[in-house]
Amino acid sequence: MTQKLTVDTPDDLKIVITRAFASPRERVFDCLTKPDLVKRWMTGPPGWTMPVCEIDLRVGGQYRYVWRSPEGQDMGMGGTYKEITPPERLVSGEVFDEDWTGGETVATQVLTERDGRTTLTTTVVYSSTAARDAALRSGMTEGMEMGYENLDALLETV
Amino acid sequence: MELMSYGTPAGLDATFAALADPTRRAILARLATGEASVGELAAPFAMSQPAISKHLKVLEKAGLVSRGRDAQRRPVRVEAKPLAEANAWLETYRRTLEANYQRLDALLDELKTIPQPPQGR
Repeated sequence: MTQKLTVDTPDDLKIVITRAFASPRERVFDCLTKPDLVKRWMTGPPGWTMPVCEIDLRVGGQYRYVWRSPEGQDMGMGGTYKEITPPERLVSGEVFDEDWTGGETVATQVLTERDGRTTLTTTVVYSSTAARDAALRSGMTEGMEMGYENLDALLETV
Repeated sequence: MELMSYGTPAGLDATFAALADPTRRAILARLATGEASVGELAAPFAMSQPAISKHLKVLEKAGLVSRGRDAQRRPVRVEAKPLAEANAWLETYRRTLEANYQRLDALLDELKTIPQPPQGR
């Protein structure tokens, strides 16, 4: 009974992502901020790994993520924490190493809990409409790499 | 006017930019129920016909609507293809995210079996 993922583009700079999880928000917050937990789920398409996941969870502290494709290509990103209010709110800047988003984007993650279930709302604000649409396109590329067969297999395991 | 080349990045950028405005989304929602004249489109909005025409120009440029040939009325109708393509982009982005979140579901499930360390509250 997980609430379906929704992705919305309410204006020309934002992507808003909503998803519910069957756990209290303390735990979801941990999974967003503790490196050993983040590494276990934020790995992207099948075959990709997350060799680097460093988090200095302080306002002004840095985090750094690196993903590696099955072909051995690295994609890195990182940024600075701007607001940390466990277990309800996390605001961070993010820039990809290739900077294809044309400057820093700001991600605000809000966790609300009801009856032991947590809804995570992530609002990503891009520096330009072109940057936002580039992010949507990259999602498409990765999705295509996954292939529908992999996706079906994954869906059966949950 | 040049025809939009659908499916190219430029085409998608124009689609998303055109969709980013609530009035334009409302116009598209109205047109989904059938074609309408500019006057009919302007009626539910607290907006002049020229203001509505401006929004229609943006939508037309993005290929989201077209105008009929009837010189008097020039009915506006919605064009489904660019909307479907914008949806396809969003859908694939959604799939990538969902793969991550399904692993997070599994992880949270696993954490339930591990006693929580006492939390300072």
